[in-house]
Amino acid sequence: MAVKLTEICNQEDGLAPGHRACIGCGETIIARQILQAIDSPVVAASSTGCLEIVTSPYPFTSWRIPWIHNAFENVATTLAAAETAYRVLIKQGKIEDRGIKFVAFGGDGATYDIGLQFISGVIDRGHRLLYVCLNNEAYMNTGIQRSGATPMGAWTTTTPVGRVVPGKRENRKDITAIMVAHDIPYAAQVAPHAWRDLMTKVQKAVAIDGPSFINALCPCPRGWRYDTDKTIALSKLAAETCVWPLYEVIDGEWKLNFRPSPKRPITDWFQSQGRFAHLLRPENKHLVDEIQEVVDREWERLLERCKVAG
Amino acid sequence: MAGKKTESLIITGNQAAAIGAKMSRVQVIAAYPITPQSPVTEGLSQFVEMGELKAEYVTVESEHSALSVCITASTVGARAFTATSANGLAYMCEQLHWAAGARLPLVLACVNRAMAAPWNILNDQQDAMSQRDTGWIQIYARDNQEILDSIIQAYKIAETVYVPVMVCYDGYILSHTVMPVEIPRQKDVDRFLPRYKPHTILDPSDPRNLNQVTLANPRLNSIGSLCHGYMELRYLLQEAIEGCSETIVAVDREFGETFGRSWGGMTWSYRLEDADLILMAAGSLATQATVAADELRAQGYRAGVLGLRVYRPFPKQDLIEATSKAGLVLVFDKSISYGNEGPICSDLKSALYRSKSRPVVHGYICGLGGRDIKVRELTEAAIRSLLWVRETESAKPTEWLNCQI
Repeated sequence: MAVKLTEICNQEDGLAPGHRACIGCGETIIARQILQAIDSPVVAASSTGCLEIVTSPYPFTSWRIPWIHNAFENVATTLAAAETAYRVLIKQGKIEDRGIKFVAFGGDGATYDIGLQFISGVIDRGHRLLYVCLNNEAYMNTGIQRSGATPMGAWTTTTPVGRVVPGKRENRKDITAIMVAHDIPYAAQVAPHAWRDLMTKVQKAVAIDGPSFINALCPCPRGWRYDTDKTIALSKLAAETCVWPLYEVIDGEWKLNFRPSPKRPITDWFQSQGRFAHLLRPENKHLVDEIQEVVDREWERLLERCKVAG
Repeated sequence: MAGKKTESLIITGNQAAAIGAKMSRVQVIAAYPITPQSPVTEGLSQFVEMGELKAEYVTVESEHSALSVCITASTVGARAFTATSANGLAYMCEQLHWAAGARLPLVLACVNRAMAAPWNILNDQQDAMSQRDTGWIQIYARDNQEILDSIIQAYKIAETVYVPVMVCYDGYILSHTVMPVEIPRQKDVDRFLPRYKPHTILDPSDPRNLNQVTLANPRLNSIGSLCHGYMELRYLLQEAIEGCSETIVAVDREFGETFGRSWGGMTWSYRLEDADLILMAAGSLATQATVAADELRAQGYRAGVLGLRVYRPFPKQDLIEATSKAGLVLVFDKSISYGNEGPICSDLKSALYRSKSRPVVHGYICGLGGRDIKVRELTEAAIRSLLWVRETESAKPTEWLNCQI
């Protein structure tokens, strides 16, 4: 399943140009990478959120493939039902089996928060689909509100930085580990700068006869407060600072896909984005230390899970 | 009429609903347990397990997911079914709007139960009535035979007008009470209800994008055709629902021709021809009212029953005609629009506004949370109302039947 750049460049995109995403949006880059990675016909679904809004202003659409939207929380269930109906119609001889792959796109709010129950149910029932979390670490479509994926210390419009509260106080959920705890056959974390890693993981995920989950870091210039040309650089920095490790879990076996050398300090990450600017003030040094400790602890735990010496 | 050899079973309303769905050859079922609906889903999962029904049964983790599954399954091209009660229906609320807005021909059995709080698992009709504005057709069955027959009819109606149908029946009173039900022959059902022809299907060579962001105003597409805005699509839904009375009546008539029984289409009546006093209700309570009408007749009152079978679309013209010769109509609602009155009572009054001969309408709230309604209470209410009309000038406020406060 080698991913060849020349072949990718000659393929038609599943997502057409002309959509209304912001300049520098990580989501549409990742959505294109995912669709290009899959060689079979794809049926996609989006939760309510940025990707849905920017690709589907009726009577126009950016999707060149069958695509369905239901509400904010239930994209996993929506697509699982497409897979179910597809299966029953094939079984009854109503349609032919065309080897369709099913890919659901949900934001981090739709995945970590409002949709968690729905994803859990779909994995539990073993539907054959890939769920992709387009994770820009806050509710960006509604205007940068805190989600369960928002990192500790980050400014959002519901964790504003004031004299009393210095951004988000709580650490984010480890949603990928929550998916692994479902005994899911395939789960992975990806980021758009590592496109070959991302596309290879997508190919592994859709080859599975069951559910798979990919958590994709989506840099967001608006929500993270950075210049629009830095999206891919930030994606890389996230991996190098270990705030966004790249790994995969196949049938419960953890595998590390990237180990930075050297591991860069969290301050590099904070300096790159306006949402963390307040953390660099002298009075917040204790917060930086605290967050660095959390990142280090999580990284060590990941190395243990991946059976890699620290 | 169908052949003579049909089978009769002594079954509950829930069994009748499950058999109705099975005979409709549903292809995707998704449901979540809730009292008093659970036996419907248990029955259907058994049919699938035994191979009697070739369908996918999705054991979802919530009612919200149950309806989400049915919505996509129907979009893809499968005939889909779900069933629920009370809080489960309330939990589906968002998806009820979605199913109707997406114009999907789903059928949902709503086993009517009281809404919490306080917690109560017994019958009233607050659950379904609270969802009356979601864009679904609502049928209220009066007995177990009508439950089975209405589910089969519901698919035919839904698939003709592309509006989802809720078949409502009273929890426990029908859902857990056995009565004889004639089971139609499958080949007659197949003739009556042809295979579902979906209007949208899953086809990579003809990709459709569904449920896009739709703005207020109509917009030109890339080839210059004007495409509907949100309001136009809403208008079309209202037009479809308002216009589907004819379909409902025609489907019921055709059902009668095929199976030898029909259910009145939009409404039904009992001893109404010369009735001056009308008792009106929906569901099993209307059946009970026929006994009250007999007793009132025995006491010398010209009483009859007007049964509301279809609540949405509201059969305004039928009701105007059915009540035009009466002096007094008593509406017994098993639900209330808080801060106003019973919803059937309200809607009847609204319909009668344009009638030239308007009867007096008295509203009664009754049977909430499973409170027993006795025939004697109905007849006494009728006599109280008659006295009120004779002796009082002012309008009678809504009365809570047998409310001991």
